[in-house]
Amino acid sequence: MGSTESASLAITLNGEPYRLDGETRLVALIAKLGMRPARIAVELNREIVPKSQYETTTVKAGDVLEIINFVGGG
Amino acid sequence: MSGTRALPHRKTMLQDTPFKLAGRTFKSRLIVGTGKYRDFAETRKAVEESGAEMVTVAVRRVNITDRAKENLLDYLDPKRYQILPNTAGCYTAEEAIRTCRLAREVGVGDMVKLEVIGDEKTLFPDVAATIEAAKVLVKEGFKVLPYITDDPVACLKLQEIGCVAVMPLAAPIGSGLGIRNPYNIAIIVEQARVPVIVDAGVGTASDAAEAMELGCDGVLMNTAIAGAKDPIAMARAMRLGIEAGRLAYLSGRIEKKLYATASSPITGIVR
Repeated sequence: MGSTESASLAITLNGEPYRLDGETRLVALIAKLGMRPARIAVELNREIVPKSQYETTTVKAGDVLEIINFVGGG
Repeated sequence: MSGTRALPHRKTMLQDTPFKLAGRTFKSRLIVGTGKYRDFAETRKAVEESGAEMVTVAVRRVNITDRAKENLLDYLDPKRYQILPNTAGCYTAEEAIRTCRLAREVGVGDMVKLEVIGDEKTLFPDVAATIEAAKVLVKEGFKVLPYITDDPVACLKLQEIGCVAVMPLAAPIGSGLGIRNPYNIAIIVEQARVPVIVDAGVGTASDAAEAMELGCDGVLMNTAIAGAKDPIAMARAMRLGIEAGRLAYLSGRIEKKLYATASSPITGIVR
């Protein structure tokens, strides 16, 4: 395996397999996905991640991430 | 007008007590859902026309592949509207609690519309699970507005737990059947120390008016507006229906009588 591939890691994002280039700070992943922190909430391995911790939280191999927002509903 | 006509215990529309919910005051007694609209622009237009100041939203996974990134909150400013996230689609207390925790983390307040569905076909609530979830959520500081059957006992229990309102259904969600059991709604209103909001089942403006005439504090609806042929016009009709019903309630309607009472003088008739 090349170095790039070995650095890449698998997580589960909103129920689907998702690959990251390596351990990634949550704030960077959110930016990469084009999301705005003010519009979302994040759960990492079933624990809520407060917005104040997006900077300091690192997403690692095998992590299960849920990112939600509000949609139309009654 | 003679003073003898005044009813000191009643208030006219102009003197109506404001609609207070969880420490906030609202001018409108209509709460509208944001589902089933063609697009966000239509949603916003209908909400504006309805006069509602509180809107329900659903909590769902972000669509990772959608690059448009338009968000409902871009169309309904949380500074202008009280956002009321729901737990639609949750079938257990655990799921509903998890959804509420996520919803609060978005950062638009701690009010939640709690719904724990018990049956897929009727979408009737699971009363036991709703009560169980409400207990946990109230302890965690949520302002809980539970969707519940038109059951006076369940409503009392939810009130005792510390819910900020009770929201009995008029009829199944999206059914448009109107108030199927006005007598239960009347009992719920009589017992309540928290606002009573009829949630679900309203079909048209007269249904909304009826809920208000029964003394409810508000009505929550989605499909009746969004599913109408002209949702914007129906939003206005609902606004007027709510106002008419509230005013009629405050005015004190006449009693129902089996026989006629003449409206014109019975003396001086030309014979």
